[in-house]
Amino acid sequence: MNSITMWTSFTTILRREVRRFTRIWPQTLVPPVITMSLYFVIFGSLIGSRIGEMGGFSYMEFVVPGLIMMAVITNSYSNVASSFYSAKFQRNVEELLVSPTPNWVIMAGYVLGGVARGLIVGLVVTLIALFFTDLSVQHLWLTVSIVFLAAVLFSLAGFINAIFANSFDDISIIPTFVLTPLTYLGGVFYSIELLSPFWQGLSKLNPVLYMVNAFRYGVLGVSDINVAWAFVGVLVFVALMFAWGLHLMTHGKRLRH
Amino acid sequence: MTAALSIKNLQKTYDNGFQALKGISFDVQPGDFFALLGPNGAGKSTTIGIICSLVRKTGGNVSIFGIDIDKDFPAAKQMLGVVPQEFNFSQFEKVYDIVCTQGGFYGMPRKLAEERTEKYLKQLGLWDKRDTQARMLSGGMKRRLMIARALIHEPQLLILDEPTAGVDIELRRSMWTFLEEINRQGTTIILTTHYLEEAESLCRNIAIIDKGDIVENTSIKSLLKTLNRETFILDSSEALSTCPDLGGYSGRLIDEHCLEVTVEKGQSLTELFAALTKQGVTITSMRNRANRLEELFVSLLAEDRKGEGDQ
Repeated sequence: MNSITMWTSFTTILRREVRRFTRIWPQTLVPPVITMSLYFVIFGSLIGSRIGEMGGFSYMEFVVPGLIMMAVITNSYSNVASSFYSAKFQRNVEELLVSPTPNWVIMAGYVLGGVARGLIVGLVVTLIALFFTDLSVQHLWLTVSIVFLAAVLFSLAGFINAIFANSFDDISIIPTFVLTPLTYLGGVFYSIELLSPFWQGLSKLNPVLYMVNAFRYGVLGVSDINVAWAFVGVLVFVALMFAWGLHLMTHGKRLRH
Repeated sequence: MTAALSIKNLQKTYDNGFQALKGISFDVQPGDFFALLGPNGAGKSTTIGIICSLVRKTGGNVSIFGIDIDKDFPAAKQMLGVVPQEFNFSQFEKVYDIVCTQGGFYGMPRKLAEERTEKYLKQLGLWDKRDTQARMLSGGMKRRLMIARALIHEPQLLILDEPTAGVDIELRRSMWTFLEEINRQGTTIILTTHYLEEAESLCRNIAIIDKGDIVENTSIKSLLKTLNRETFILDSSEALSTCPDLGGYSGRLIDEHCLEVTVEKGQSLTELFAALTKQGVTITSMRNRANRLEELFVSLLAEDRKGEGDQ
């Protein structure tokens, strides 16, 4: 395949992915919006008003960037995990495997599909957040870059999860037992300055903390961690995950006999 | 002439140690309509899986129109269309989207993919169903949908793995006509089927595979010439209480109006009819007990297994 035909193949996969999650929008786009709205009302408005300031901002202002990032991460992940596993389950992944489309283009198509859903949900959640607080973005490109990279990283993770999965249960284990705890303990709802030094140190092993704080820095201009390290870390993880995913595809892990 | 498909010493051993292919070799010439036959579990689907990259071979070589799949699989895949045995499309996508999207996977510009989608959906009688979700189609429609999808990039080699399984006879015959037309236009077709009548009627050359080995690879005509005996069912106008003297032919009375007679190679049917006429038996119709290819197929497999037993 030359670059033009590869581009056609990539856009075809991406179009199909977008068509899939927009076709089932009540399952894919509405629930995260409702969940995040409830977070805004309960944690931001009702409980937040009694918490007072955090990191020099009202609790609502503090929690909004984390909630947006949380929506992006979970939706990017679950989109690719469920879409690619469904394609395996229904065997329509074979449509792609028998075609001349290179493995990395297949991966890129699915991952960008996950990124698209993550960003659309993130955008809608941001618009809803505007009903609760004023958001003035301090560093626009940094904000856009980190949210994009986080969506790519978790889409890749979802892709790898789908490759290993043998049942629909297998694609919910990681989100339930790994992703959710990491996100909730990743500084979405609190500043790690509130924690003892031991727990602060432990928190710094959580990759979600870096993404949430980098995003918060882009929006509010404050962060618990060094933002440059956040970018380096995310880029390294993206490269590692991509290489791992490609290795699995090349060796046909659970895709070819 | 470069073969449309060339398979040399192809081997496959699965992780559990099962040897599905024991080093098979055969060629399919361009423009051929080729039957790959064998009982369940013989290795047909494994062979097809290797050709289309869904199964990894353990050894041997496969070339499609001279392109070695180990050297340039994407180029080889561009020449190949596959209709698998099992439905492998998204049940929730629309018929039109399934076919058109497949064109995109082969790098076809959207406009061309749309034109071809319309062309093949119309030819296969699915145009009226283009906006229907695939899960709503009947079994026959789903089979035709997979054929349309496999043809979207107009491959030079089309492999159909039991395309008419579970399809009613009327639809099966219309699919035969369609495939014959595609073949006439130059597409090489490889067909696996359990309907041997289908293979006899459509295909010119044949390979029979059993337990991972090729037991026969020849033209259908040559194969049929090797048939040593044929069994016929004769319908008598009168009721018969006992089997009449068949004048040297072996046979039996199935019921009072039906005789089964086996005619060995070299024997003439004229003598049989003369013997029956002499006894006042009037035959109103005659037919083969089984399809001729079916008889050969069964005897070849029996010989193959006897050979194994002798070893």
